Amino acid sequence: MKISDIIQILDAQLLTPQADLDREVHTACGSDMMSDVLAFVKDQSVLITGLNNPQVVRTADMMDMICIVFVRGKRPDAGILALANERDMAILCTEHTMFTACGLLYEQGLRGGVH
Amino acid sequence: MANGEEKIVLQYQVPGDDFTRAGEASADLKARLKRLGFPAAAVRKAAISLYEGEINLAIHAGGGEIRVEVTPERIEMWLDDEGPGIPDIALAMSEGYSTAPDEVRSLGFGAGMGLPNMKKYTDSFEITSEVGRGTHIRMAVEIGRS
Repeated sequence: MKISDIIQILDAQLLTPQADLDREVHTACGSDMMSDVLAFVKDQSVLITGLNNPQVVRTADMMDMICIVFVRGKRPDAGILALANERDMAILCTEHTMFTACGLLYEQGLRGGVH
Repeated sequence: MANGEEKIVLQYQVPGDDFTRAGEASADLKARLKRLGFPAAAVRKAAISLYEGEINLAIHAGGGEIRVEVTPERIEMWLDDEGPGIPDIALAMSEGYSTAPDEVRSLGFGAGMGLPNMKKYTDSFEITSEVGRGTHIRMAVEIGRS
């Protein structure tokens, strides 16, 4: 699916307007523990998290991820958005909980990239 | 390397009082290695290992110093601090063991995966530590093995 599809599926808001929404994503990872995200080097494109600090963007960057979804309506501050913009990352924000957000994306074909 | 140099040496200071800046060194290293044309897998392994190291320096050691030497054959990294040291290195190396306070866990780290991840993603990893004196790590990613 594309980043634009994620926006639609999660009824999400795009916080980085200049991001390329046509980029394809195939796999995702949902976690609030950044070291767990770093423990699996597989090509994962999307990070779904309830954690809201700059290390979320740095972790996603280390994993070459291109999109971060903040759940439960959490809104990253301007500093976090600036870090994401520098890296051409799309930042989305949804009111759904982590469980529901992951479930909705899985239902539409997005998979975990660990196996 | 591409520009004909035999070795590139990079040095970074990791502040101990500003967690938000931890990761600047690894982001810089990653960008440089990409520009130099190193294989993506090697770049990612080196960057993740250094990132975990930076986080450790920031949250456990009160900051520290990083030195990186890049040659066409390997990316070698040294992390040195004068923090509290590690009483039991074998225990600290086991997955899931962490002494990080709740405050650090609330930031997304302290799951006990930092040192194991560093060892996992590098081709050689050495750690020495003395309680009250500090910790020293040398780790390297071999380009031919990535």
